[in-house]
Amino acid sequence: MKAICFNFEIHQPFRLKRYRFFDIGRDHYYFDDFLNDDIVSRIAHNSYIPAAETLLRMIEQSEGRFRCSIAISGVAFEQFELYVPEFIDVLGRLAATGAVEFVAQPYAYSLASLSDPEEFAAQVKDTCSMLKSRFGITPKVVRNTELIYFDELAPQLVEMGFKGALTEGAKHILGWKSPNYVYTAASAPKLKLLLRNSKLSDDIAFRFSDYSWSEYPLTADKYIDWIASTPAEEQIVNIFLNLETFGDMQPATSGIFQFLEALPRFAAERGIDFLTPSEAIAKIKPVSELSVMHPISSADEARDTSAWLGNRLQNEAFEKLYSVAERVRKCDNRRLKQDWEYLQTCDHFFYMSTKRKADGAMHSLFSPYETPFAAFTNYMNVLADFLMRVEEEFPSQVGTEELNALLLTISNQGAEIETLNKELASMRKNIEQYNIEHRLREEPKEEAPKAKEPKTRKATTRKTAKKADKKA
Amino acid sequence: MFGWEFPPHILGGLGTASYGLTRGMWECGDMDITFVIPKPFGDEDRSFARIIGASQVPVAWRDVNRDYVESRIGRVMDPDLYYRLRDHIYADFNYMRTNDLGCIEFSGKYPSNLLEEINNYSIMAGVLARTLDFDIIHSHDWLTYPAGIHAKQVTGKPLVIHVHATEYDRSRGKPNPTVYGIERDGMTHADHIITVSNLTRQTVIDHYGVDPAKVTTVHNAVVPLSQDLLDIEMPKSKEKVVTFLGRITMQKGPEYFVEAAAKVLRNCSNVRFVMAGSGDMMDKMIQLAAERGIADRFHFPGFQKGRQVYEMLKASDVYMMPSVSEPFGISPLEAMQMGVPSIISKQSGCAEILDNVIKTDYWDIDAMADAIHSIISYPALYKQLREDGLAEVAQITWDKAGQKVINIYNKVLGRS
Repeated sequence: MKAICFNFEIHQPFRLKRYRFFDIGRDHYYFDDFLNDDIVSRIAHNSYIPAAETLLRMIEQSEGRFRCSIAISGVAFEQFELYVPEFIDVLGRLAATGAVEFVAQPYAYSLASLSDPEEFAAQVKDTCSMLKSRFGITPKVVRNTELIYFDELAPQLVEMGFKGALTEGAKHILGWKSPNYVYTAASAPKLKLLLRNSKLSDDIAFRFSDYSWSEYPLTADKYIDWIASTPAEEQIVNIFLNLETFGDMQPATSGIFQFLEALPRFAAERGIDFLTPSEAIAKIKPVSELSVMHPISSADEARDTSAWLGNRLQNEAFEKLYSVAERVRKCDNRRLKQDWEYLQTCDHFFYMSTKRKADGAMHSLFSPYETPFAAFTNYMNVLADFLMRVEEEFPSQVGTEELNALLLTISNQGAEIETLNKELASMRKNIEQYNIEHRLREEPKEEAPKAKEPKTRKATTRKTAKKADKKA
Repeated sequence: MFGWEFPPHILGGLGTASYGLTRGMWECGDMDITFVIPKPFGDEDRSFARIIGASQVPVAWRDVNRDYVESRIGRVMDPDLYYRLRDHIYADFNYMRTNDLGCIEFSGKYPSNLLEEINNYSIMAGVLARTLDFDIIHSHDWLTYPAGIHAKQVTGKPLVIHVHATEYDRSRGKPNPTVYGIERDGMTHADHIITVSNLTRQTVIDHYGVDPAKVTTVHNAVVPLSQDLLDIEMPKSKEKVVTFLGRITMQKGPEYFVEAAAKVLRNCSNVRFVMAGSGDMMDKMIQLAAERGIADRFHFPGFQKGRQVYEMLKASDVYMMPSVSEPFGISPLEAMQMGVPSIISKQSGCAEILDNVIKTDYWDIDAMADAIHSIISYPALYKQLREDGLAEVAQITWDKAGQKVINIYNKVLGRS
């Protein structure tokens, strides 16, 4: 029996405001609230909310047979809290149906996995705790930013407790293999991999309303037909889409919502099931191992990381940003940490791409900047200010080891003071004991001169005070 | 082709563009090009076009023997051609100021009696048109439109005019009515109009009331630089240098450069600004720089020519062209050829074809200052613009532009 595994990505970056170099050191707020409000509200009302409501209806109408998964980034979630909290209610209703699996991903939708495993782990954990506190869900499957995946990542994901990961069915990795199977990671066989079927996914995402496409118009009937006509032993078709495909990339007038809603009916006719990623990896036996030497992703023609780290500008910005990773993690300035997360969002690097043609069109479609150079300049100005703030917190002249030692001292000072206090208390006790013993020894000898007694006492108290001073 | 300037004796971008285009068309093959200029010096590159000097075209009959003609103008014109031209004098121009050969002397520059010179050029064109055999007339810029019209009227051959600039660009929207009249006349008589950018095309359509179907844009290109120029070595100072190169006139927006410099200098100290060139706004700019208190870091080396231009570019870290209205603007391309990242105004024609430059509005001093700061402080941006810019500009060649012009000729002649 065949099944479709849907994953819908929800992500919006905190776009930066126009930040001139003369703002460096003066203005520490980097984000364009107005633009973000505008974009997030628009997309939520045109796309996210109607799409999520369509999914809800599909689940209700199919009595739970329709199942899918959703991945949401922390930075997007924060913006919904700010601008369209009603969408979070809809998400809550989706979560309550039990037919929707929530998948973990880096909180800031960052590229941390490529340079900083510790940061990556922390961000995924952040998303998990966000999902736990909001919807009471603990994700079992992870989807890295833009489906980035490579061999070194797998052991870390297993260690973090994930059973499966979603990634791209990149042609240069698969070769003759089909993405319509479950694979295991070569570097960590415990981890199952679900690969995006890029042809069938992009048919919806990019070609649905393309008049020049030979298959236009795409109907649910035809689409399910394509899936049904894949070889019988191919059991799973992974359709991973951005949720804004529905209503934003493909406008509502194109009939995209009706298309989506009709899918379960035709699937039922053809005996095609729907599975969440967790169910897919539990039910379907993996066919083989998959090794991915160099990172793959779902972006651009090349399906690698060149969309974000493809030119000198992007690499420079990326390296500068992560050069302070350790220092930022060590500090406890909340605003600094928040900015650090927002600045890591991969979109900032996406805007700096200098690719041309079809890829370039995709980059500039999403970019709030006119040119990649403007994107770079703005980002670097912001970053310069951010680095200065990090520098103020922890000057770079202090070496990392020295800093570690200092921080250790600071974090341990509480415990140390306590032990010293205890020592002090016991010393005091000892002295008192000693005094009492001393008195007991002296008392029977001479009872008469009572005047001496207070004197000795004074002396001893003074002594103990001195000792205490030394200890402190 | 009627032109006004031709390398190596050039005063502005017009000569360079006319030269490049003619050469590019010649490279496309099967072209027989005659290029008419007011005053040749004899050291022009004649490998791809026949160059005729208007100063050697007789408009009044003089009985001179061959040896005399040879000795007088043999350096720039074949005496046979002189006699052929002399046979086609169409009216008695003895009342004009003519010389011993019956020719009118041209300065070939932009003298105060420019309008008179334009008129004389047109008289001369009448003789040429009657003498030579050609299929099409091509006039470069308004100075030669009357000549083109005259030649068209004499021969009935189609006229293509090439708009390198309009009076609207030169005057920031307050055109001289005489010049405007000449331009409009040329456009009305032309069978087709070539503009150097879409910006200029729009000006021609909007301000001269020309049918859009008659106007086509052919962007300018650049001739690859010689190795000699590329190899120029300049001492690199520790300080960054930001350069403005061009006429210091209203059209070029020099005041925005000064203001942007003032903004940058408020926050950075290791940068110098150079405004090379001369023009009617120079004194004002010197005063403005002093007023902003940046005179110590703002330099005016004066007019640069030939090799000096490239030396200047080589020593620069950023090239800046904040033109208020620039029909095309070849200089950023030259800067890119020398590997200097450029910042140009969106109001420049070349902004339409360049990707690896930073574009700002000419009035957006903040954006300009930010771009300057960005290039001088983030090495990645400098390198990216430099290297991709070199690759990009290498693709902008005149043969492509030449082919487009040839296609337009074929269309006008009904050959396609």
